[in-house]
Amino acid sequence: MTPRWRTRLLVGLALAVVAAAIYFPILRRRVQRAARLQQQSEEQARRELTLTLPANPGQPRVKTKLFWASSTEDGVLVPTTVDLPLSDDPVLRAKQVLNTLLAGPVDTELRTLPPDAALLEFYLLPDGTAIADFSEALATSTPSGIQSEQLAVDSIARTLEADVPQVQRMKILIHGQEMETLAGHLDLMGTFVVNTKPSQAPEKPAQTPAPTPAPSGKLTPGSAPGKLAQPEHKP
Amino acid sequence: MLLDVQITLRSVVFLLGGLLPFVLGGAALESFSPARAQTQPATQAPVSQSTQAQPGIVPPVAGQTQRGGLSVVVLDPAHGGTDPGARGAGGMRESDLVLEFSDQARRALEAQGFRVRQTRQGNDDPSLDDRSAMANAQRGTVFVTLHISSTGLPGTVRVYTMTDFPAAAGTTGMITWDRAQAPFLDLSRKLGDIVQGQLSQSFKGSPSSAQAAAVRQLRTTAAPAIAVEVSSVTVEDRADLVRMAPGVADAIARGIAAFRPIYEASPAASALP
Repeated sequence: MTPRWRTRLLVGLALAVVAAAIYFPILRRRVQRAARLQQQSEEQARRELTLTLPANPGQPRVKTKLFWASSTEDGVLVPTTVDLPLSDDPVLRAKQVLNTLLAGPVDTELRTLPPDAALLEFYLLPDGTAIADFSEALATSTPSGIQSEQLAVDSIARTLEADVPQVQRMKILIHGQEMETLAGHLDLMGTFVVNTKPSQAPEKPAQTPAPTPAPSGKLTPGSAPGKLAQPEHKP
Repeated sequence: MLLDVQITLRSVVFLLGGLLPFVLGGAALESFSPARAQTQPATQAPVSQSTQAQPGIVPPVAGQTQRGGLSVVVLDPAHGGTDPGARGAGGMRESDLVLEFSDQARRALEAQGFRVRQTRQGNDDPSLDDRSAMANAQRGTVFVTLHISSTGLPGTVRVYTMTDFPAAAGTTGMITWDRAQAPFLDLSRKLGDIVQGQLSQSFKGSPSSAQAAAVRQLRTTAAPAIAVEVSSVTVEDRADLVRMAPGVADAIARGIAAFRPIYEASPAASALP
Protein backbone atom coordinates (compact mmCIF):
# COMPACT_ATOMS: atom_id res chain seq x y z
CA MET A 1 0.00 0.00 0.00
CA THR A 2 1.44 3.33 -1.02
CA PRO A 3 1.71 6.18 1.45
CA ARG A 4 -0.84 8.11 -0.64
CA TRP A 5 -3.50 5.35 -0.26
CA ARG A 6 -2.70 4.97 3.38
CA THR A 7 -3.25 8.69 3.91
CA ARG A 8 -6.52 8.51 2.01
CA LEU A 9 -7.65 5.55 4.08
CA LEU A 10 -6.79 7.29 7.32
CA VAL A 11 -8.55 10.47 6.25
CA GLY A 12 -11.56 8.41 5.23
CA LEU A 13 -11.66 6.69 8.59
CA ALA A 14 -11.22 9.98 10.42
CA LEU A 15 -14.18 11.37 8.49
CA ALA A 16 -16.18 8.28 9.41
CA VAL A 17 -15.40 8.83 13.08
CA VAL A 18 -16.50 12.47 12.87
CA ALA A 19 -19.67 11.47 11.03
CA ALA A 20 -20.35 8.77 13.63
CA ALA A 21 -19.83 11.23 16.47
CA ILE A 22 -22.48 13.47 14.93
CA TYR A 23 -24.82 10.68 13.92
CA PHE A 24 -24.84 8.50 17.05
CA PRO A 25 -26.51 11.03 19.38
CA ILE A 26 -29.21 11.52 16.72
CA LEU A 27 -29.59 7.76 16.38
CA ARG A 28 -29.77 7.38 20.14
CA ARG A 29 -32.58 9.95 20.35
CA ARG A 30 -34.46 8.16 17.59
CA VAL A 31 -34.12 4.81 19.33
CA GLN A 32 -35.31 6.31 22.61
CA ARG A 33 -38.29 7.87 20.84
CA ALA A 34 -39.09 4.55 19.18
CA ALA A 35 -38.84 2.79 22.55
CA ARG A 36 -41.25 5.28 24.09
CA LEU A 37 -43.68 4.80 21.22
CA GLN A 38 -43.39 1.05 21.59
CA GLN A 39 -44.03 1.33 25.31
CA GLN A 40 -47.12 3.44 24.67
CA SER A 41 -48.29 0.96 22.05
CA GLU A 42 -47.84 -1.93 24.46
CA GLU A 43 -49.76 -0.02 27.11
CA GLN A 44 -52.51 0.70 24.61
CA ALA A 45 -52.63 -2.95 23.56
CA ARG A 46 -52.81 -4.05 27.16
CA ARG A 47 -55.63 -1.63 27.81
CA GLU A 48 -57.51 -2.86 24.76
CA LEU A 49 -57.13 -6.44 25.92
CA THR A 50 -58.36 -5.72 29.40
CA LEU A 51 -60.88 -3.02 28.64
CA THR A 52 -64.39 -4.32 28.90
CA LEU A 53 -66.67 -2.92 26.28
CA PRO A 54 -70.18 -1.97 27.32
CA ALA A 55 -72.52 -4.93 27.29
CA ASN A 56 -74.83 -2.97 25.08
CA PRO A 57 -73.24 -0.07 23.21
CA GLY A 58 -76.67 1.44 22.73
CA GLN A 59 -77.28 1.49 26.44
CA PRO A 60 -78.22 4.90 27.82
CA ARG A 61 -75.43 6.76 29.51
CA VAL A 62 -75.51 7.24 33.26
CA LYS A 63 -73.71 9.74 35.39
CA THR A 64 -70.61 8.06 36.81
CA LYS A 65 -68.44 9.45 39.59
CA LEU A 66 -64.72 8.93 39.32
CA PHE A 67 -62.41 9.95 42.15
CA TRP A 68 -59.10 11.55 41.25
CA ALA A 69 -56.76 13.85 43.18
CA SER A 70 -57.80 17.41 43.89
CA SER A 71 -55.99 20.10 41.96
CA THR A 72 -56.24 22.53 44.86
CA GLU A 73 -55.83 20.50 48.03
CA ASP A 74 -52.98 18.15 48.83
CA GLY A 75 -53.85 14.53 49.55
CA VAL A 76 -57.56 14.89 48.85
CA LEU A 77 -59.80 13.13 46.34
CA VAL A 78 -62.58 14.88 44.46
CA PRO A 79 -65.29 13.32 42.30
CA THR A 80 -65.51 13.99 38.59
CA THR A 81 -68.81 13.12 36.93
CA VAL A 82 -68.78 11.63 33.44
CA ASP A 83 -71.52 10.01 31.35
CA LEU A 84 -70.83 6.34 30.59
CA PRO A 85 -72.98 3.57 29.07
CA LEU A 86 -72.68 1.36 32.13
CA SER A 87 -73.88 -2.22 32.25
CA ASP A 88 -76.48 -3.35 34.76
CA ASP A 89 -74.31 -6.32 35.61
CA PRO A 90 -72.23 -5.32 38.66
CA VAL A 91 -69.07 -7.11 37.51
CA LEU A 92 -69.13 -5.58 34.04
CA ARG A 93 -70.07 -2.25 35.54
CA ALA A 94 -67.15 -2.39 37.99
CA LYS A 95 -64.75 -3.25 35.15
CA GLN A 96 -66.05 -0.33 33.12
CA VAL A 97 -65.68 2.24 35.88
CA LEU A 98 -62.27 0.95 37.03
CA ASN A 99 -60.91 0.93 33.48
CA THR A 100 -62.11 4.50 33.07
CA LEU A 101 -60.51 5.40 36.40
CA LEU A 102 -57.24 3.79 35.27
CA ALA A 103 -57.34 5.68 31.98
CA GLY A 104 -56.96 8.77 34.14
CA PRO A 105 -58.23 12.33 34.16
CA VAL A 106 -57.51 14.88 31.45
CA ASP A 107 -54.96 16.50 33.71
CA THR A 108 -52.46 13.69 34.22
CA GLU A 109 -51.08 15.42 37.33
CA LEU A 110 -54.29 14.45 39.10
CA ARG A 111 -53.83 10.73 38.50
CA THR A 112 -54.07 8.48 41.51
CA LEU A 113 -53.13 5.27 39.68
CA PRO A 114 -50.10 4.67 37.46
CA PRO A 115 -50.76 4.97 33.71
CA ASP A 116 -49.37 1.54 32.92
CA ALA A 117 -51.51 -0.30 35.49
CA ALA A 118 -54.33 -2.45 34.16
CA LEU A 119 -57.27 -4.26 35.70
CA LEU A 120 -56.74 -7.93 34.85
CA GLU A 121 -59.90 -9.37 36.38
CA PHE A 122 -62.71 -8.47 38.72
CA TYR A 123 -64.82 -10.89 40.74
CA LEU A 124 -67.80 -10.25 43.00
CA LEU A 125 -68.72 -12.79 45.66
CA PRO A 126 -72.33 -13.18 46.82
CA ASP A 127 -71.54 -11.51 50.18
CA GLY A 128 -70.50 -8.30 48.41
CA THR A 129 -66.76 -8.92 48.59
CA ALA A 130 -65.06 -7.83 45.40
CA ILE A 131 -61.68 -9.14 44.29
CA ALA A 132 -59.88 -6.75 41.98
CA ASP A 133 -56.81 -8.21 40.29
CA PHE A 134 -54.44 -5.61 38.89
CA SER A 135 -51.30 -5.90 36.81
CA GLU A 136 -47.91 -5.66 38.51
CA ALA A 137 -47.58 -2.04 37.46
CA LEU A 138 -50.01 -1.03 40.19
CA ALA A 139 -47.44 -2.18 42.76
CA THR A 140 -44.27 -1.22 40.94
CA SER A 141 -45.33 2.16 39.53
CA THR A 142 -47.41 3.61 42.35
CA PRO A 143 -45.14 6.16 44.07
CA SER A 144 -43.85 4.72 47.32
CA GLY A 145 -45.41 6.45 50.32
CA ILE A 146 -48.33 6.23 52.71
CA GLN A 147 -50.13 9.20 51.19
CA SER A 148 -49.77 8.14 47.55
CA GLU A 149 -50.66 4.51 48.23
CA GLN A 150 -53.65 5.48 50.35
CA LEU A 151 -54.90 7.83 47.63
CA ALA A 152 -54.56 5.05 45.05
CA VAL A 153 -56.66 2.61 47.06
CA ASP A 154 -59.16 5.26 48.16
CA SER A 155 -59.76 6.36 44.58
CA ILE A 156 -60.66 2.77 43.66
CA ALA A 157 -62.81 2.24 46.76
CA ARG A 158 -64.70 5.52 46.49
CA THR A 159 -65.33 5.08 42.78
CA LEU A 160 -66.76 1.61 43.40
CA GLU A 161 -68.80 2.96 46.31
CA ALA A 162 -70.34 5.63 44.12
CA ASP A 163 -71.00 3.52 41.03
CA VAL A 164 -71.32 -0.15 42.02
CA PRO A 165 -73.46 -0.33 45.16
CA GLN A 166 -73.31 -4.13 45.31
CA VAL A 167 -69.64 -3.97 46.32
CA GLN A 168 -69.34 -3.90 50.11
CA ARG A 169 -65.63 -4.52 50.50
CA MET A 170 -62.70 -5.07 48.21
CA LYS A 171 -59.62 -7.23 48.16
CA ILE A 172 -56.74 -6.16 45.92
CA LEU A 173 -54.56 -8.76 44.23
CA ILE A 174 -51.49 -8.06 42.12
CA HIS A 175 -51.25 -10.35 39.11
CA GLY A 176 -53.37 -12.94 40.89
CA GLN A 177 -51.22 -12.92 44.02
CA GLU A 178 -51.88 -11.61 47.50
CA MET A 179 -49.28 -8.97 48.35
CA GLU A 180 -48.26 -7.79 51.78
CA THR A 181 -48.21 -4.13 50.75
CA LEU A 182 -49.03 -2.04 47.71
CA ALA A 183 -45.69 -0.23 47.31
CA GLY A 184 -44.07 -0.80 50.69
CA HIS A 185 -46.58 0.81 53.03
CA LEU A 186 -50.26 0.16 52.50
CA ASP A 187 -51.54 -3.14 53.85
CA LEU A 188 -53.04 -5.40 51.16
CA MET A 189 -53.52 -8.45 53.37
CA GLY A 190 -57.03 -7.50 54.38
CA THR A 191 -60.06 -6.15 52.55
CA PHE A 192 -60.97 -2.48 52.20
CA VAL A 193 -64.37 -1.17 53.17
CA VAL A 194 -66.14 0.13 50.07
CA ASN A 195 -69.74 0.55 51.03
CA THR A 196 -71.07 0.62 54.56
CA LYS A 197 -74.69 0.74 53.42
CA PRO A 198 -76.69 -2.44 52.68
CA SER A 199 -76.46 -3.66 49.10
CA GLN A 200 -78.78 -1.88 46.69
CA ALA A 201 -80.02 -2.67 43.22
CA PRO A 202 -77.89 -1.17 40.48
CA GLU A 203 -78.86 2.21 39.26
CA LYS A 204 -81.23 2.12 36.32
CA PRO A 205 -79.85 3.77 33.21
CA ALA A 206 -81.09 7.24 32.34
CA GLN A 207 -82.19 7.84 35.90
CA THR A 208 -80.79 10.27 38.35
CA PRO A 209 -78.03 8.52 40.24
CA ALA A 210 -78.73 7.59 43.83
CA PRO A 211 -77.38 10.21 46.18
CA THR A 212 -74.01 9.34 47.64
CA PRO A 213 -73.05 10.62 51.04
CA ALA A 214 -70.95 13.74 51.42
CA PRO A 215 -69.29 14.07 48.00
CA SER A 216 -66.99 16.67 49.43
CA GLY A 217 -64.00 14.64 48.39
CA LYS A 218 -62.47 14.97 51.83
CA LEU A 219 -61.61 11.62 53.34
CA THR A 220 -62.73 11.23 56.88
CA PRO A 221 -60.96 8.48 58.79
CA GLY A 222 -63.95 7.19 60.65
CA SER A 223 -66.33 6.55 57.82
CA ALA A 224 -64.53 6.75 54.52
CA PRO A 225 -64.23 3.78 52.25
CA GLY A 226 -60.78 2.48 51.67
CA LYS A 227 -60.14 1.70 55.29
CA LEU A 228 -58.88 -1.76 56.09
CA ALA A 229 -61.48 -4.21 57.26
CA GLN A 230 -61.26 -7.71 58.51
CA PRO A 231 -57.64 -8.66 58.03
CA GLU A 232 -57.68 -12.28 57.18
CA HIS A 233 -57.35 -14.43 60.19
CA LYS A 234 -54.24 -16.52 60.10
CA PRO A 235 -54.01 -19.62 62.21
CA MET B 1 4.62 -4.09 2.42
CA LEU B 2 3.82 -6.25 5.46
CA LEU B 3 4.80 -3.39 7.74
CA ASP B 4 2.50 -1.04 5.81
CA VAL B 5 -0.41 -3.39 6.28
CA GLN B 6 0.33 -3.71 10.00
CA ILE B 7 0.48 0.07 10.42
CA THR B 8 -2.76 0.47 8.51
CA LEU B 9 -4.47 -2.20 10.59
CA ARG B 10 -3.27 -0.56 13.82
CA SER B 11 -4.62 2.77 12.59
CA VAL B 12 -7.99 1.19 11.78
CA VAL B 13 -8.13 -0.47 15.21
CA PHE B 14 -7.21 2.85 16.87
CA LEU B 15 -9.88 4.75 14.96
CA LEU B 16 -12.51 2.09 15.50
CA GLY B 17 -11.57 2.17 19.19
CA GLY B 18 -12.57 5.81 19.12
CA LEU B 19 -16.01 4.77 17.90
CA LEU B 20 -16.56 2.21 20.62
CA PRO B 21 -17.36 4.67 23.41
CA PHE B 22 -20.12 6.17 21.28
CA VAL B 23 -21.59 2.78 20.51
CA LEU B 24 -21.24 1.41 24.02
CA GLY B 25 -22.31 4.67 25.62
CA GLY B 26 -25.48 4.70 23.56
CA ALA B 27 -26.19 1.08 24.40
CA ALA B 28 -25.62 1.71 28.08
CA LEU B 29 -28.00 4.66 28.05
CA GLU B 30 -30.56 2.52 26.28
CA SER B 31 -30.27 -0.21 28.83
CA PHE B 32 -30.74 2.18 31.75
CA SER B 33 -33.77 4.33 31.40
CA PRO B 34 -35.61 5.94 34.32
CA ALA B 35 -38.79 4.23 33.22
CA ARG B 36 -37.13 0.86 33.60
CA ALA B 37 -35.59 1.87 36.87
CA GLN B 38 -39.01 2.76 38.21
CA THR B 39 -40.38 -0.61 37.33
CA GLN B 40 -38.10 -2.24 39.86
CA PRO B 41 -40.24 -3.31 42.78
CA ALA B 42 -40.04 -0.82 45.61
CA THR B 43 -41.19 -3.38 48.07
CA GLN B 44 -39.82 -6.53 49.48
CA ALA B 45 -40.76 -9.68 47.71
CA PRO B 46 -44.16 -10.80 48.86
CA VAL B 47 -43.88 -13.23 51.69
CA SER B 48 -46.80 -15.31 52.65
CA GLN B 49 -48.22 -14.41 56.01
CA SER B 50 -48.00 -17.98 57.16
CA THR B 51 -44.22 -17.94 56.87
CA GLN B 52 -43.69 -14.66 58.66
CA ALA B 53 -46.47 -14.47 61.20
CA GLN B 54 -45.33 -15.28 64.67
CA PRO B 55 -47.38 -17.27 67.13
CA GLY B 56 -50.22 -15.48 68.88
CA ILE B 57 -48.90 -13.11 71.39
CA VAL B 58 -49.72 -9.99 72.92
CA PRO B 59 -51.61 -8.52 75.78
CA PRO B 60 -53.47 -11.17 77.64
CA VAL B 61 -56.44 -10.48 79.83
CA ALA B 62 -57.49 -7.17 81.23
CA GLY B 63 -57.71 -6.54 84.92
CA GLN B 64 -54.07 -6.55 85.80
CA THR B 65 -52.64 -3.49 87.38
CA GLN B 66 -50.38 -1.09 85.64
CA ARG B 67 -46.77 -1.85 86.45
CA GLY B 68 -45.11 1.23 85.02
CA GLY B 69 -45.58 4.35 83.00
CA LEU B 70 -44.67 5.23 79.48
CA SER B 71 -40.90 5.09 79.40
CA VAL B 72 -39.77 3.59 76.08
CA VAL B 73 -40.08 4.88 72.54
CA VAL B 74 -39.30 2.56 69.65
CA LEU B 75 -38.25 4.56 66.60
CA ASP B 76 -38.49 2.83 63.25
CA PRO B 77 -36.55 4.39 60.38
CA ALA B 78 -38.43 2.74 57.52
CA HIS B 79 -36.96 0.71 54.65
CA GLY B 80 -33.18 0.11 54.47
CA GLY B 81 -30.95 -2.54 52.99
CA THR B 82 -31.96 -3.30 49.42
CA ASP B 83 -35.18 -1.32 49.89
CA PRO B 84 -34.38 2.39 49.50
CA GLY B 85 -38.01 3.51 49.82
CA ALA B 86 -38.85 6.72 47.96
CA ARG B 87 -36.11 8.04 45.70
CA GLY B 88 -35.50 11.63 44.69
CA ALA B 89 -33.15 13.70 42.62
CA GLY B 90 -29.40 13.34 43.08
CA GLY B 91 -29.62 9.87 44.58
CA MET B 92 -31.81 10.96 47.50
CA ARG B 93 -33.05 7.85 49.32
CA GLU B 94 -35.79 7.69 51.92
CA SER B 95 -33.94 4.91 53.76
CA ASP B 96 -30.93 7.22 54.39
CA LEU B 97 -32.94 10.31 55.23
CA VAL B 98 -35.11 8.62 57.85
CA LEU B 99 -31.98 7.52 59.72
CA GLU B 100 -31.06 11.18 60.13
CA PHE B 101 -34.60 12.00 61.29
CA SER B 102 -34.47 9.08 63.68
CA ASP B 103 -31.16 10.19 65.19
CA GLN B 104 -32.56 13.66 65.81
CA ALA B 105 -35.75 12.25 67.29
CA ARG B 106 -33.75 9.96 69.58
CA ARG B 107 -31.83 12.90 71.01
CA ALA B 108 -35.01 14.95 71.50
CA LEU B 109 -36.78 12.04 73.20
CA GLU B 110 -33.85 11.26 75.48
CA ALA B 111 -33.87 14.91 76.51
CA GLN B 112 -37.51 14.34 77.57
CA GLY B 113 -36.43 11.40 79.73
CA PHE B 114 -37.48 8.54 77.46
CA ARG B 115 -35.43 5.45 76.70
CA VAL B 116 -35.21 5.05 72.95
CA ARG B 117 -34.71 1.95 70.85
CA GLN B 118 -34.27 2.04 67.08
CA THR B 119 -35.34 -0.82 64.83
CA ARG B 120 -32.24 -0.25 62.76
CA GLN B 121 -29.05 1.76 63.20
CA GLY B 122 -27.53 1.37 59.77
CA ASN B 123 -28.42 0.31 56.28
CA ASP B 124 -30.08 -2.97 57.15
CA ASP B 125 -33.69 -3.97 56.57
CA PRO B 126 -35.34 -5.90 59.38
CA SER B 127 -38.66 -7.45 58.45
CA LEU B 128 -41.86 -5.60 59.27
CA ASP B 129 -42.64 -8.18 61.94
CA ASP B 130 -39.18 -7.89 63.47
CA ARG B 131 -39.68 -4.14 63.75
CA SER B 132 -43.03 -4.64 65.48
CA ALA B 133 -41.51 -7.30 67.71
CA MET B 134 -39.11 -4.76 69.15
CA ALA B 135 -42.05 -2.71 70.45
CA ASN B 136 -44.11 -5.75 71.39
CA ALA B 137 -41.34 -7.05 73.61
CA GLN B 138 -41.24 -3.85 75.68
CA ARG B 139 -43.57 -2.62 78.39
CA GLY B 140 -44.67 1.03 78.55
CA THR B 141 -43.85 1.68 74.92
CA VAL B 142 -44.96 3.78 72.00
CA PHE B 143 -43.92 3.04 68.41
CA VAL B 144 -43.12 5.68 65.79
CA THR B 145 -42.29 4.69 62.23
CA LEU B 146 -40.62 7.43 60.19
CA HIS B 147 -41.12 7.91 56.44
CA ILE B 148 -40.41 10.38 53.65
CA SER B 149 -43.08 10.44 50.94
CA SER B 150 -42.74 10.43 47.16
CA THR B 151 -45.54 12.94 46.77
CA GLY B 152 -47.28 15.67 48.68
CA LEU B 153 -46.68 19.30 49.48
CA PRO B 154 -42.98 19.71 50.33
CA GLY B 155 -42.33 21.00 53.82
CA THR B 156 -45.40 19.39 55.37
CA VAL B 157 -45.63 16.42 57.71
CA ARG B 158 -48.50 13.98 58.16
CA VAL B 159 -49.21 11.57 60.98
CA TYR B 160 -51.11 8.35 60.30
CA THR B 161 -52.73 5.85 62.61
CA MET B 162 -54.05 2.43 61.66
CA THR B 163 -57.60 2.21 60.32
CA ASP B 164 -60.29 0.36 62.24
CA PHE B 165 -60.27 -3.38 62.20
CA PRO B 166 -61.73 -5.96 64.56
CA ALA B 167 -59.56 -7.32 67.34
CA ALA B 168 -61.03 -10.82 67.13
CA ALA B 169 -59.48 -12.16 70.29
CA GLY B 170 -59.42 -15.91 70.54
CA THR B 171 -60.82 -17.99 73.35
CA THR B 172 -57.52 -17.70 75.21
CA GLY B 173 -57.85 -13.94 75.46
CA MET B 174 -54.77 -13.58 73.29
CA ILE B 175 -54.73 -11.13 70.40
CA THR B 176 -53.24 -12.64 67.29
CA TRP B 177 -50.07 -11.12 65.90
CA ASP B 178 -51.67 -9.83 62.73
CA ARG B 179 -54.21 -7.81 64.74
CA ALA B 180 -51.95 -6.70 67.56
CA GLN B 181 -52.75 -3.02 67.04
CA ALA B 182 -56.51 -3.43 67.52
CA PRO B 183 -56.64 -2.88 71.32
CA PHE B 184 -54.46 0.22 70.98
CA LEU B 185 -56.34 2.03 68.20
CA ASP B 186 -57.88 4.64 70.50
CA LEU B 187 -54.57 5.39 72.19
CA SER B 188 -52.82 5.53 68.82
CA ARG B 189 -55.35 8.08 67.57
CA LYS B 190 -54.87 10.24 70.64
CA LEU B 191 -51.10 10.06 70.28
CA GLY B 192 -51.38 10.77 66.55
CA ASP B 193 -53.56 13.83 67.08
CA ILE B 194 -51.21 15.25 69.71
CA VAL B 195 -48.09 14.74 67.59
CA GLN B 196 -49.82 16.06 64.46
CA GLY B 197 -50.94 19.12 66.42
CA GLN B 198 -47.34 19.79 67.40
CA LEU B 199 -46.15 19.30 63.82
CA SER B 200 -48.78 21.58 62.33
CA GLN B 201 -47.46 24.41 64.51
CA SER B 202 -43.97 24.03 63.08
CA PHE B 203 -44.78 23.04 59.49
CA LYS B 204 -47.43 25.19 57.87
CA GLY B 205 -49.77 23.35 55.52
CA SER B 206 -49.66 20.18 57.59
CA PRO B 207 -53.01 18.79 58.74
CA SER B 208 -54.19 19.62 62.24
CA SER B 209 -55.11 16.07 63.17
CA ALA B 210 -53.86 12.59 62.37
CA GLN B 211 -55.31 10.60 59.50
CA ALA B 212 -56.22 6.93 59.30
CA ALA B 213 -54.45 4.70 56.80
CA ALA B 214 -53.94 0.95 56.52
CA VAL B 215 -50.22 1.13 57.19
CA ARG B 216 -48.92 -2.42 57.28
CA GLN B 217 -46.20 -1.68 59.84
CA LEU B 218 -48.73 -0.43 62.39
CA ARG B 219 -51.07 -3.43 62.24
CA THR B 220 -48.75 -5.85 64.05
CA THR B 221 -47.63 -3.43 66.75
CA ALA B 222 -49.01 -4.02 70.25
CA ALA B 223 -48.53 -0.47 71.52
CA PRO B 224 -49.76 3.01 70.68
CA ALA B 225 -48.28 3.38 67.20
CA ILE B 226 -48.08 6.15 64.62
CA ALA B 227 -46.47 6.68 61.25
CA VAL B 228 -44.90 10.09 60.60
CA GLU B 229 -44.44 10.90 56.91
CA VAL B 230 -42.46 13.95 55.80
CA SER B 231 -43.11 15.44 52.34
CA SER B 232 -41.21 14.75 50.18
CA VAL B 233 -38.31 13.51 48.08
CA THR B 234 -39.52 15.81 45.29
CA VAL B 235 -37.49 18.66 46.83
CA GLU B 236 -34.55 19.67 44.65
CA ASP B 237 -32.05 19.83 47.47
CA ARG B 238 -31.63 17.14 50.10
CA ALA B 239 -30.75 19.87 52.60
CA ASP B 240 -34.35 21.11 52.46
CA LEU B 241 -35.46 17.86 54.05
CA VAL B 242 -32.56 17.59 56.47
CA ARG B 243 -33.40 21.07 57.77
CA MET B 244 -36.82 19.75 58.79
CA ALA B 245 -35.36 17.01 61.01
CA PRO B 246 -34.88 19.02 64.24
CA GLY B 247 -38.40 20.45 64.04
CA VAL B 248 -39.93 17.04 63.37
CA ALA B 249 -37.89 15.50 66.19
CA ASP B 250 -38.92 18.17 68.71
CA ALA B 251 -42.59 17.87 67.74
CA ILE B 252 -42.51 14.09 68.17
CA ALA B 253 -40.77 14.38 71.54
CA ARG B 254 -43.12 17.08 72.82
CA GLY B 255 -46.12 15.15 71.56
CA ILE B 256 -45.11 11.90 73.23
CA ALA B 257 -44.34 13.72 76.47
CA ALA B 258 -47.82 15.29 76.38
CA PHE B 259 -49.30 11.87 75.65
CA ARG B 260 -47.66 10.22 78.67
CA PRO B 261 -50.41 11.02 81.23
CA ILE B 262 -53.11 9.90 78.78
CA TYR B 263 -51.30 6.61 78.27
CA GLU B 264 -50.77 6.02 81.95
CA ALA B 265 -54.45 6.62 82.71
CA SER B 266 -55.74 4.34 79.97
CA PRO B 267 -57.21 0.87 80.65
CA ALA B 268 -55.34 -0.58 77.67
CA ALA B 269 -52.01 0.39 79.21
CA SER B 270 -53.10 -0.87 82.62
CA ALA B 271 -53.92 -4.25 81.11
CA LEU B 272 -50.36 -4.79 79.98
CA PRO B 273 -48.54 -7.53 81.82
